[in-house]
Amino acid sequence: MPSLTQRLANPTRFMDLSGRLLPWIGGAAAVLLAVGLCMAFAAPPDYQQGHTAKIMFVHVPCAWLAMFGYVLVALSSFGLLVFRHPLADVSAKAAAPIGALFTGLCLVTGMLWGKPMWGAFWVWDPRLTSVLILFFLYLGLVALRSSIEDETLAAKLTAVLSLVGIVILPVIKFSVEWNSLHQPASVMRLGAPTIHSSLLWPLLTMAVAMTFLFVAMHLKAMRNEVLRRRVKSLRSSEVQANAGLIGQPAG
Amino acid sequence: MDLGPHAAYVWLAYLAVAGGLVVYVAWLVIDGRRQQRLADDLEARGVRRRSVRPEPPAG
Repeated sequence: MPSLTQRLANPTRFMDLSGRLLPWIGGAAAVLLAVGLCMAFAAPPDYQQGHTAKIMFVHVPCAWLAMFGYVLVALSSFGLLVFRHPLADVSAKAAAPIGALFTGLCLVTGMLWGKPMWGAFWVWDPRLTSVLILFFLYLGLVALRSSIEDETLAAKLTAVLSLVGIVILPVIKFSVEWNSLHQPASVMRLGAPTIHSSLLWPLLTMAVAMTFLFVAMHLKAMRNEVLRRRVKSLRSSEVQANAGLIGQPAG
Repeated sequence: MDLGPHAAYVWLAYLAVAGGLVVYVAWLVIDGRRQQRLADDLEARGVRRRSVRPEPPAG
């Protein structure tokens, strides 16, 4: 019996399954976002930062998804280079701009949180700088792919770069321990979270909601890419058919 | 809702996230419709991918 990934290797089957799943995942994201936002604005102020800590409910999920997005790009690239899975490159190509978006939003919300708390929008802190490098890495992946016309070559080169770039993830994770102004991990850490439950639950709800949204966006972007490749293939067939007709001797 | 002395930063952060996500989702929807329309147009003109075998003639 073929595995799930083998069954999904057929783009037509993927389009069928993703078409059925997408409304449910998108709907779940919308409902969870509404619930998460209500919980976020109903949460009590932080004892030190007051209501400014509410920025955490969008900043932290964006930061997690910025890294999750890169893991997805790297795993998809691995799937392309090692298993030559037909949809692996589609997944990597679709995930990179979404990862860049979440990384950009993480940087912007972090700056808006940093100004009132640290007195500056930006400091060349290890955590901030490593996330900025992740953002440039995403942009580099997108730029590299679009700069090479041969799609197969572009896919392979982008996959290699994304696998090399995965070294940035442990740097981001441990950067808060290197003389950083940024606070250390308070949720994803060994032992129990150090954040109070009145702030933890809204944060986790927003994180799950935005993860659903990320998955929905990724599936939609993959569907668009499958369609784009289908259009390209159809155009190529049309050109070849027309060339064949032109090339045929008259009579 | 009183969000304290730094309310503008809080609202700006939420607006930035909402704006970024809404614009990207809208672009995904528009791009998907465009690609679907292009594929439908080509198929309506009788163009078939090389991997799709032509249907046998009726009768």
